[in-house]
Formats: sequence, C-alpha cells, structure tokens
Amino acid sequence: MPRNNPVSLWNAITAAGDSSLRVVVGAEGSASWGELAARSAEGWGVEVRGRSILVAMVDQFAGAAALVQLDGVARRMVLYPPDTPRELLTAVAECAGADLIVTDEPALERVDSRVRCIIPIGEKVGRAEADRSSQIETEWILLTSGTTGVPKLVQHSLATLSGAIGPDPSVGLTVWSTFYDIRRYGGLQIFLRAALTGTSLVLTGAHESTADFLARAGEHGVTHISGTPSHWRRALMSPSAGRIAPVYVRLSGEIADQAILNQLRSQYPQAKIAHAFASTEAGVAFAVNDGSAGFPVEAIEHTPNVEMKVVGGSLRIRSDRNAAGYLGEDSPPLKDPEGFVDTGDELELRDGRYHFVGRRDGMINVGGWKVHPEEVEAVINRHPEVSMSLVKTKKNPITGALVVADVVLRTPHSAANGDQALQRDILQFCRGELAVHKVPVAINFVAALAVAESGKLVRPNA
Amino acid sequence: MDVRSEIIAQIRRVAQEQDKQLAPLTDDLGLLDSGLDSLCFAVLVDRLETALKMDPFSENQDAAFPITLGDFIKFYEDAAK
Repeated sequence: MPRNNPVSLWNAITAAGDSSLRVVVGAEGSASWGELAARSAEGWGVEVRGRSILVAMVDQFAGAAALVQLDGVARRMVLYPPDTPRELLTAVAECAGADLIVTDEPALERVDSRVRCIIPIGEKVGRAEADRSSQIETEWILLTSGTTGVPKLVQHSLATLSGAIGPDPSVGLTVWSTFYDIRRYGGLQIFLRAALTGTSLVLTGAHESTADFLARAGEHGVTHISGTPSHWRRALMSPSAGRIAPVYVRLSGEIADQAILNQLRSQYPQAKIAHAFASTEAGVAFAVNDGSAGFPVEAIEHTPNVEMKVVGGSLRIRSDRNAAGYLGEDSPPLKDPEGFVDTGDELELRDGRYHFVGRRDGMINVGGWKVHPEEVEAVINRHPEVSMSLVKTKKNPITGALVVADVVLRTPHSAANGDQALQRDILQFCRGELAVHKVPVAINFVAALAVAESGKLVRPNA
Repeated sequence: MDVRSEIIAQIRRVAQEQDKQLAPLTDDLGLLDSGLDSLCFAVLVDRLETALKMDPFSENQDAAFPITLGDFIKFYEDAAK
C-alpha cells in the first residue's frame, strides 16, 4: 500500500505532497487532488460533521469533490448514482438515517426537505480551511440492486474499499480513466486508486457521447482505463476508439467473452488486457491477463489476501475487502457463518479453467445493469391477461444478456395475430413500469411453467 | 426481404419501441450517431438473429466491430454469403 491506512482521503492526498500536476478532469471542469482536498465540506454552509449524508450529484466531478471533502468528516456517506431513480431518494435516505441530502440538481430541493443544493467545487463555496484535527472513519454506503427494485445499501469503509490498491509502479506517468460512474463499485475503485496513489484521473461527463469522451481521454494521455465488456463494445463501435492508446485495459462487472478480449487485443496491441472479478459485496477478488475467457484454477487457489472456494457450484469469497453488511432493518446477512460472501455467481470448470455461467438467483446482467427476474415477473403478472410468468436470460453479443419472458395466459389464445397484439400490449405495459433494460426483448406464451414442491417457480439456473 | 431491407426495417422498429429519434439512415452514418444506444443494438442483433437466422457477432470472435451503418449491413451480408 502507498499509505499507512489513512484515516481519510484527505490524509492520503495531503501526505502525497505537492499534487498540482496530478489532476481530476471532468467534462465540466478540472482541479488538482490538492485543490479538491484544500476545500472543506465545512465551507458548504450546512453542518456536516458527524452526520449521515446522502450524496446525489449528477456531475461526476462535483461528486468526486464531495467525496474528498466529506470523507473523515461525515459519519456516513451514501453514494447515490445519477441513474438511480430519484423517486427512491427518500426511501434510501430513510434507510441510511441520512438527515442531509446534497446534490447539484436544484429541482431535488422540492422532492425532499433534507435536500441542499451544493456545488462542492464551485466559486460560491466558502474556502473554509479543512479542519482535520479530529477525523472519524467515515462509513461509505454503496447501492446495489434489490429484488423489489429498491436498492440494497452495502456498508464499506475506506479500508475495505482500498484493500486491492497497491502502489503505482510507474509513479507520475499513469493517467487513469473509467467508463464507469465513480458512484458504482467498479468506478469507485478507479477513483480511489487515483486518489490514493496520486495519479491523474479523467472522468466521463453526464451527457457526453462515447466519441467525445474518448477524444478527451486521448487528449489527456490516458494510460489505464477500465469498463464493463459492454462499455468496451460500445467504445469499439466508435471511430474514436483509436483516440486513446492505453497500456492497460481492464474489464469487470460482466463476463468477458473471448470475442471482446480478441477485439481489444486487436485494437490496442500495446496494452495489457486484464479481466477482473469484483462485486459490491465481496470486493475485488482477482484479475487475469492471459487474454483468455474464464480464469485458471490457480486464480481461486492462490490469489494473495483473498480466500475463495466454490460451494455448490457458486463462488464464495472472504477477504478484508468484503463489505461489512447491508444497512437497514430486516436485511439479510451478507456473509455466511464462516465469514465468506456468497457471490451467487455460478462457475463451471472446462479444460482447466473456470467460466462464469450465470447466477443462482437467476439475476440477469444486461450490459452491467442488474435485473432481478422477480421484479419483472411482478410487473408482467399485473397484466390482466397474465396468469404467471418466468423471466430468463438470453445471451447477447452486445450487452452480454437480454431479458426474455415465458408467460402463461389466463385464457389460451389460439390465433397467431391475437398473440402478437397481446405480446405487444404486455411489453407496452412493462415499458410503462420498468427501466428500459428490464423490459423483456421477447414474450413467449407457454402452456405451463414448472413449479417446485416449495411452491416456487423452477428457475433454469437454479 | 433482403438483408439490407430487413436491417433497416428492424432499426426503425427498435427505434420506435425504445422511443429514439433516428438520424437519416445512410451508409456512412456512424452507428453511435444513429440515435440508438447499446441496449437498442442488443435488441436489434437479437431481432436480426430471429429474422435472418444468423448472429455474425457471436459467430466470428475475431471480427472488428462495425462502425458505420454501411459496415454493419456488410457485416451481415458477408455472413449471409
């Protein structure tokens, strides 16, 4: 580690000394790490010390500034991604015991009385000296999708989040970037890596096209860049893919298939291409860079500081990068009695390599967006013509997977044309109720669905 | 329907379903400038697999991603040969 377990990001940044050349570049502005840390959330004009604060910034650059300024000062900060529905803000704030919500969206002030509109890096913010004489270990809360559509709140700390971050071997030369939003685990890893190792970081803009982002990343000399396989497929569809010349390309968040690994090698022949496994709950587990899909058995048996085992076909992980638990009453335990996090990701051993084959709970990963079948089924089942439904995954070369549904109707339809009209009607109903990636791409009418003795639907991956 | 017409028809259908504004569909149109996002392309490739009985993206693991609409159509036309 490049640090002796700093209490806060502020400690790590100020300990790195003059950081004027190491900058955080957003689409809307840029500042050195030192400038971000020189301001204090105590200049925001609201009491922040010791409070539980929900951070709901749209702009990533403003979000980055808020995290640096609150860490070590707030008791708890909840990282609310910009694409998480704003209707859930109050429910999440309640669950996190947050009595202050900070945002750069003025319209949100009407939504909840706890909201304060603050631009943490704007000119209006007082340049209060950061009083860091008495800091606390801030709890970091990340959101992850839940079966009912309301996110689960995952408890981390700077220590658990930075467990996989070692010193930067090419001091001063590395410029990190990520297609991820830094309020998601994958993006937060890159944000913290840059902050703690003192490297520059280029962030995506809220309304920036892939081509514009790649061009900007190229201008800033990005050397290391991460994203999901779906992010990378989109980047490779852009004529601007050649605007960056990274030496390190990282994939995580979805299954990296052989096609995307080959395509990245062909596009960036000079780059080391690594695919990693991490989850919000289990933390970073391992990365492989041999250019082949799946991972060798040794990755499970001999990854330093991370214990892994396959139980009943699914991967379990124990390390100091694991989250502490879920926040909220009636939350399920995050770890098994031995302290392992059950990822629910199912593995298959083929020719000496493990391959991820799906989820035990049937959860579907559409381009990095998690879809719980139960949530989609609940919507389909509300359609007046539907008796029951089963939502499944369908493999897709662009987003890894898509959602499809088998539907049992209350009264069987025989005419083919009638079928099509009803399929369209059910899909239209779904579009009105669900986020776009959760809407099935196809509805198949079936005569019956298998139900186990437990009364539960038999899921194909279960 | 030939490959080109099927692709154009499916693009229009996906755009309509996903409420996307399409750019004029010329061969030199960049796919990322078409108005379709990644999810739309995923749905499009899925529909084309049903309609044309092929998925050249999955069949050819070394092929470069098409960048323009013309590339995309040619990608399917070549696979159909």
